[in-house]
Amino acid sequence: MSKTHEVIIGLEVHIQLTNLKTKFFCSCNSDYRGVEPNTYICPICIGLPGSLPVINKKAIEFATRLALALDCDINDTFWFYRKNYFYPDLPKGFQISQYNKAGGKAFADGGKITIKLNGKKKEIILNRIHLEEDPARLVHKGTIATSPYTLVDYNRSGVTLIEIVSEPVIGTPEEAREYLKQLKSIVQYCGISNLDLEGSVRVDANISLKGHPRSEVKNINSFKEVERALKWEIQRQKNQLNRGKELIQETRHWDDKRRITISLRTKEFEQDYRYFPEQDLVPIEVDDKFISNVKKELPEMPNERAKRFQQKYKLSEFDSEILVLDKDIADIFEIGIKKDKSFGPEEYKLYCNWLMGDISRWLNDNNKSITETKLNAQHIVDLINFINEGKITGKIGKTLVDEIMTKGTSISNILKKTGKQRISDKEEITQIVNDVIKENPNIIQDYKTNPKALQALIGKCMQKTRGQIDPEITKEIMLKLLNK
Amino acid sequence: MNMLYEYMGYELIDKIKNKEVSIQEIIQSHYKRIKETEKLTHSFVYLTEEEKALRKAKECDEDLNKGKQIGRLYGLPLANKDLICIKDTPTTCCSEILKGYYPPYNATVIDKLIEKGGAIHIGNTNMDEFAMGSSTETSCYGPSYNPWDLLRVPGGSSGGSGSAIAAGHAVFALGSDTGGSIRSPASYCGVVGLKPTYGRVSRYGLVAFANSLDQIGPITKCVYDSAIMLEIMAGKDPLDSTSVDIKCDNYTEVLTQSIEKKILGVPEEFFGEGLAKSVKNSVEKAIKKLQSLGAKIVNVSIPHLEYTVPTYYLLCMSEASSNLARFDGLRYGKMSDDLGGDVFDVFSRTRGAEFGTEVRRRIMLGTYTLSAGYYDMYYIKALKVRTLIKNDFQEAFKKCDSIVCPTMPTTAFKIGELIDDPLQMYLMDILTCPVNLAGLPALSIPCGFDNNDLPIGFQIIGNYFDESGILNIGYQLEQELNLFRKMAPIKTGGKKK
Repeated sequence: MSKTHEVIIGLEVHIQLTNLKTKFFCSCNSDYRGVEPNTYICPICIGLPGSLPVINKKAIEFATRLALALDCDINDTFWFYRKNYFYPDLPKGFQISQYNKAGGKAFADGGKITIKLNGKKKEIILNRIHLEEDPARLVHKGTIATSPYTLVDYNRSGVTLIEIVSEPVIGTPEEAREYLKQLKSIVQYCGISNLDLEGSVRVDANISLKGHPRSEVKNINSFKEVERALKWEIQRQKNQLNRGKELIQETRHWDDKRRITISLRTKEFEQDYRYFPEQDLVPIEVDDKFISNVKKELPEMPNERAKRFQQKYKLSEFDSEILVLDKDIADIFEIGIKKDKSFGPEEYKLYCNWLMGDISRWLNDNNKSITETKLNAQHIVDLINFINEGKITGKIGKTLVDEIMTKGTSISNILKKTGKQRISDKEEITQIVNDVIKENPNIIQDYKTNPKALQALIGKCMQKTRGQIDPEITKEIMLKLLNK
Repeated sequence: MNMLYEYMGYELIDKIKNKEVSIQEIIQSHYKRIKETEKLTHSFVYLTEEEKALRKAKECDEDLNKGKQIGRLYGLPLANKDLICIKDTPTTCCSEILKGYYPPYNATVIDKLIEKGGAIHIGNTNMDEFAMGSSTETSCYGPSYNPWDLLRVPGGSSGGSGSAIAAGHAVFALGSDTGGSIRSPASYCGVVGLKPTYGRVSRYGLVAFANSLDQIGPITKCVYDSAIMLEIMAGKDPLDSTSVDIKCDNYTEVLTQSIEKKILGVPEEFFGEGLAKSVKNSVEKAIKKLQSLGAKIVNVSIPHLEYTVPTYYLLCMSEASSNLARFDGLRYGKMSDDLGGDVFDVFSRTRGAEFGTEVRRRIMLGTYTLSAGYYDMYYIKALKVRTLIKNDFQEAFKKCDSIVCPTMPTTAFKIGELIDDPLQMYLMDILTCPVNLAGLPALSIPCGFDNNDLPIGFQIIGNYFDESGILNIGYQLEQELNLFRKMAPIKTGGKKK
């Protein structure tokens, strides 16, 4: 018999501030993706003897934006610490980071993210956020275990990371998923990072069953993997207990190829990072004036936007909360609905449906973000109008999505090219209906005793016209002819 | 007639301006001197090829003849300490682990003194490995020898710079001072050394030993030359966040001011146990001279002086353990030939084999004091004592403008005398390291000689960013004592026969 165990999860999310142009402590370009290895480097970010770090002020501004958006208490003065350990990706032998013990302070303390699961709200309380530098990237052939070599690419070395540490208050992998979804959205609204970029996110998860030692799972390299890793680790811990075994405090590694966690080291072998103050950087003051200036520039956050969408555009709470999650999608919505002055709440809802329905589905299927497609706000305006005016059916509209997304062709051009117009001409429809009646004597026979057979006849008309025939007019004419 | 290498820097500059002498002649004179005496002093670990230096000198002369403006240092020879980076020039910190390393960039002071200042780099000077030592004996190239007595150490860690200046191998030299590394060789070699306020001179390009204490400064034959160098080097550097944007004076212009209204503090603790009698007498005489120049003498106190050596060593070792972590052989310098085991095995073998005994000792002790469970007991406690020492100086400066005291408790000791007794060696820093802990500026100038004809150093400690004040006092005393033209004999043994 297995007991039920209360699950306790705390997440440490490391996010690269990809919208910064330069690295954290030098002026090297930080946009290292797809670049020849070891070309975006300088004496500072490869830690040459004698080099010194100088802080990127923009990074402090970005961190301030996020701290404000997450409702954290920003410390008026903070400083950096050295986290000492040896590793080939760490050119100085220490990482410039922050520490909230031994006299150290985080960039900001506290804060919260509100999530909603099955209609229930929950506040996930944050412990702190802090800033640190990214180590270099280690490149292996295949997996770490089998690669005959390790290559080091220092292009990533010194890129700015912000770490968001939650309290251990997350109860399920699903809550963790919702938490990360909200966090991603807020980060996007702050304009500080594009978390869709590969390697822009790394998560460490502390997982325990109440009353038992925790394990820390490292190396979860995307938000999507987190839920999976948590589920696996929780199950592993439960299985251990159910088998009568004890859990131990340990650090585990998420192997995303095999989708399991592997023990790295146990408590007694935990590394001692010998944190102490980084005195090459002076304490950094974040005064009220700076904070209020950042606050002034801070864009509307997703929760505020959802409320506004409800009031201004009469969207439902459910619709608006999903619509605002991706800022770029919500931006298209706001631009699009203003393009046609005749639009009102009904069209707003239709517009929202397109974005949350077929468009989002296409994005998911193709693993793309909306800015990577050719879609513009006018496309959806046209879809709504063409359908409303009866020029195409909803069904045809849906078949156009792929071409809009990949090629950006205007609706009218697609229709011209493919002839996918809606058939609404009464004479033309009468002709088609007459043909269908002649071709299907069995269904006509059936109709005499079963009025539901009418749908089958209309279906035949649809089939004949590849869905272009207007179903309402067809029904009307069909009834008229059958009842003659 | 004096040889050209015997002149002060400012005098040579005048001679060049007046076309009495060419820059090429000056460079030649120094190379000639180096050829004669470098094998005795071992000041250098790297010498610029004479041809290359002469080529530069020729360019300078030609520019001058064309009426072009050249840098303020007029092509005079500059000796650089082997831990300040010069682009494409070997910089080894006198450690096996960095042999073969050529920095791809210039330190800020090198840009200022050579690229803009127009000095000619004549070579890199010997030093204790990674500046860890007070005698140059921990250098991987072997020790330098004191030009006043070749059996003795030149002090350290900037001992090569001290002996190079005393021997007339260069006009200007760079040193770095973490716990006395400029002032100790200045004192032992009978030359002038200035450790500026922490933050006054950019550390960018100085290979860190203990980064909260390190500061670059000049070593020269006279106060005026140090003032020229500081004028060029000082100032806020955007590449060093700890450099400070506080107005720098024209240091050469304040030297001749009267010190009549100056109040000089004499801290009794600096004259306590362990101070050689000859040093005490000589320093007290110099204080009397200052009094005769009109300065007022008051007693001050630095009550926590006795804690400075342990505090200093605790902090500098902690910082060093982290600062030296980057030397793993992976990207530059030497790496172990034995690549067996994992990457950590290779790192350990490299560091175990290529760092010297003293460096390994300090890394291990520093690693220990930063470790979990010991951090509060050692590191945090040392930081607290550091604050107490700072406060002591702040109290003292309420009563006086500058503090005067000996630089070193003794004159130069013999090579090999203390090298196997690290604790005794560390105690040699007792009068210099409190200045680094407090971050203050201090100047050492020669004030006399002991019975063995070894120079004695006089230390003037200033308040924060008051380099002007201590240079002024130093210059006035120097002129009054008139010892600065005395050349080191470059020979073995004590008294002149």
